[in-house]
Amino acid sequence: MIEIISQPWQWYVAGPSIVAVMFLLYFFGKSFGVSSNLETLCTMGGAGRFSDYFKKDWKVNLWNIVFLMGAVIGGFIASNYLSVDLPINLNPQTISDLSVLGFENAGDTVVPSELFGMEAIGSVKGIGLLLMGGLCIGFGARWAGGCTSGHAIVGMSNLQIPSLIAVVGFFTGGIIMTWVLFPLIF
Amino acid sequence: MMKYIKFGLLGIVFGIIMTKGELISWFRIYEMFKFQSFHMYGVIGSAVGLGAILMLLFRKGIIKNVYGDKIIVPAKDFKWKRALFGGIIFGLGWALAGACPGPMFVLIGNGVFSILIVIFGALLGTFLYGKFQKHLPH
Repeated sequence: MIEIISQPWQWYVAGPSIVAVMFLLYFFGKSFGVSSNLETLCTMGGAGRFSDYFKKDWKVNLWNIVFLMGAVIGGFIASNYLSVDLPINLNPQTISDLSVLGFENAGDTVVPSELFGMEAIGSVKGIGLLLMGGLCIGFGARWAGGCTSGHAIVGMSNLQIPSLIAVVGFFTGGIIMTWVLFPLIF
Repeated sequence: MMKYIKFGLLGIVFGIIMTKGELISWFRIYEMFKFQSFHMYGVIGSAVGLGAILMLLFRKGIIKNVYGDKIIVPAKDFKWKRALFGGIIFGLGWALAGACPGPMFVLIGNGVFSILIVIFGALLGTFLYGKFQKHLPH
């Protein structure tokens, strides 16, 4: 059993597994949406003093924060006890495209050292890029009203037109970053 | 307290899926936006396909929740401007950081501590949205 779980999971295992988690959340009377936790964390941190937007009762969302803490533990368990599947099986073209941008050994680690390594986060540019990435994610998720979980998976499953528009937006932004901005940044 | 344990366990399962499915890999996100692999499309596509069947069973009342009530998944706010503009901003960040809000936290468990800078940025972004949302098109 543990040997089967320890293999890298193919898409047809990972996708349905996500749906199983989503099902259980709804079955227990809750919902599936990760980015709303960012809002709850702001509220818990006292953001209500600066904006009425955060004047909410965070206790009703505590279950989701517990879910998020579980996700951290799940990441720890998977990486320490369920074997590490590195390097991942990337398209050779992806590896060579990244090499052109200055990213070496693509796929040998979970995240590139060129962005997340000690040297990178010791520079203003490195910290700035990570901060900027996070800023766009947080700002964009709340503006759009959801992220990959709430819009791409729940919203599209539930045939919501706004979610389809949001996902078109996600890919528009992602393609602009990857195809246009990456060659300028790196 | 006890009622929260199941959500913690579901979170653990979610974190394992994200890690084992390589969904926390920055490189997989790059590869997806370059259209060089089916992996991410397969994950999202199979989740949406199977999810659609599940939502249908919820709507028809065939699957009820643990309390025996009909499961209602609220409709999303029908405003295209916020979905599109917010979506584009989100996508820029998703491609740059190579992680969306779930994987961000799973990466802490994977020992990628510099992701905390991304999380700090995401909290700041959420705060700025809350502060200035009245001035944004929705």
